[in-house]
Amino acid sequence: MSDVTRAYRRRTTGGVLTTLTWLLALAFFFPVAWMAATAFKQESQAASDPPTWFFTPTLDQFRAVIEGGSAAYVGNSAIATGVSTVLVLLLGIPAAYALSIRPVEKVSDVLFFFISTKMLPVVAVIVPIYVVAGQLKVLDNIWTLVVLYTAMNLPIAVWMMRSFFLEVPGEVLEAASVDGAGLMRTLRSVLIPMVAPGIAATALICVIFAWNEFFFALNLTASRAATVPVLIVSTMTSEGLFLARLCAAALLASLPVIIAGWVAQKQLVRGLSMGAIK
Amino acid sequence: MSTSTIDRLEGSRRAARKAASERAVSKAEGWRRRGPLLPALIFTIIVTQLPFLVTIWYSLRSQNLLRPGEDMFVGLSNYVDIAQDSTFRQTAWNSVVITLGCVLVAMILGIVLALLLDRPFFGRSVARTMLITPFLVMPVATSVLWSIALLNPTYGLFNWALGLFGIEAVDWTSTYPIIAILMALVWQWTPFMMLLVLAGLQAQPKDVLEAASVDGAGPWRTFQSITLPHLRRYIELGVLLGIIYVVNTFDQIYLMTAGGPGTASANLPFYIYQRAFLGFDIGQAAAMGVVVVIATIIVASAALRLIFRSFEVKE
Repeated sequence: MSDVTRAYRRRTTGGVLTTLTWLLALAFFFPVAWMAATAFKQESQAASDPPTWFFTPTLDQFRAVIEGGSAAYVGNSAIATGVSTVLVLLLGIPAAYALSIRPVEKVSDVLFFFISTKMLPVVAVIVPIYVVAGQLKVLDNIWTLVVLYTAMNLPIAVWMMRSFFLEVPGEVLEAASVDGAGLMRTLRSVLIPMVAPGIAATALICVIFAWNEFFFALNLTASRAATVPVLIVSTMTSEGLFLARLCAAALLASLPVIIAGWVAQKQLVRGLSMGAIK
Repeated sequence: MSTSTIDRLEGSRRAARKAASERAVSKAEGWRRRGPLLPALIFTIIVTQLPFLVTIWYSLRSQNLLRPGEDMFVGLSNYVDIAQDSTFRQTAWNSVVITLGCVLVAMILGIVLALLLDRPFFGRSVARTMLITPFLVMPVATSVLWSIALLNPTYGLFNWALGLFGIEAVDWTSTYPIIAILMALVWQWTPFMMLLVLAGLQAQPKDVLEAASVDGAGPWRTFQSITLPHLRRYIELGVLLGIIYVVNTFDQIYLMTAGGPGTASANLPFYIYQRAFLGFDIGQAAAMGVVVVIATIIVASAALRLIFRSFEVKE
């Protein structure tokens, strides 16, 4: 086989592989695109057989979703997600520091404990949480979700932030301590700026999990503290099959996380593997 | 998993160094170091461990929220009931099928996609962005999308596409409920596996690959003897993390099939939810929760050992 034929064959294989990759990418993306397209249809077009491929896009469904009292749900989701993420960082960053830069004894035991809480099935604790929350009169209270989402994301944050702290070169810390900087100053003026990208990545992962959380929200909220996923479900059950409107609500609900994930693709891997994979 | 196991994993040299550094840390210094850790630790213990202790307590009692008068200590009888409950066994089996089915299929697809993405081609970052999107869609939205827009028997896109090939319409969520759930789950989790494997591929030492090609190894040979062994720990990590997440699947089952028909597609989380929040049978639900935790601990300790071993948790 001459060099020319070999090069030709390599190019053809490359072309075939590229085409295959694109076909698979389009196939995986198609359901999302279909959801987005359906959101711009009229109801009669959304539930037609055969499916409607060409239509004049309308914003009616988005208008109906936004004007149909979704603001309270979005507000609840924003509080549960935002406050829990801030709390996770406030608790998690010092903890990660104590497990990396100036480590306590038995670091691996503590790390093991944090991660093992992540493996505890949520169903195993929902019953007492529900009963106790009922006794404390904090059912249907957004702050209950804030506390639970903080606990849910804290182990991930500790592991992730630790992996970022471990990357800080030792010389930098030594230089700071030679300069006589105390703990708080070292943290504020040396460490935090160095791990800022890590903090952003950690926050992103916490936001994704808190925003999408449904199980606690379903069981512990009713009318006042319900979040966006609960809104979608109640749209689905109370209004029957208004498919186009449902798709508009689902699209709007998913959009913040989709965009955040697109922007921060690199950090996603690290967060999902709890910092194990860089 | 005990300290000793972890120490063994970490290697004796590091353990020795650790022991030496531990002696050097004075008592006051010890508390200064522990200070930043304590708020997070105490918070986590209160919010995650106390409820579980309460779960164990409930599991030994006969308690039904609809009949408050009958709350009493019953010992292990809830556990005996579970052992005889054929629905519990069926939903446990469904859990295994759904979890392993999803994780294995998603992993195979994820490896294929990662290999395809790990080569330069036109529009690669756009293709990758499209491929990770299913993982970012809110699971509740995913369930709506699959059960209604794609799998609905009358106007779902799937049946329309099958109709083009002359295949009769299928009511997916009631005829093949587990397969319908698996479709949505695999779609959601494949990007997760793909990302982990892709990270593994990109962490391959380039000089080793070059050396292999200089030595005349073909692409298949290189893949078999260099890439695959290198990917192993990433694949293991993906499978185990996948199992931990997928075993807790609730949203898709609640929304796509409601565990039905009957309990044909219910997994353990959904069955426990039903017993607790629709049957108000707190004692039974709690006992099932305890059983699930014990099963999870067995799987999870394997997972943890792996994470500690493969990714060297450093002291």
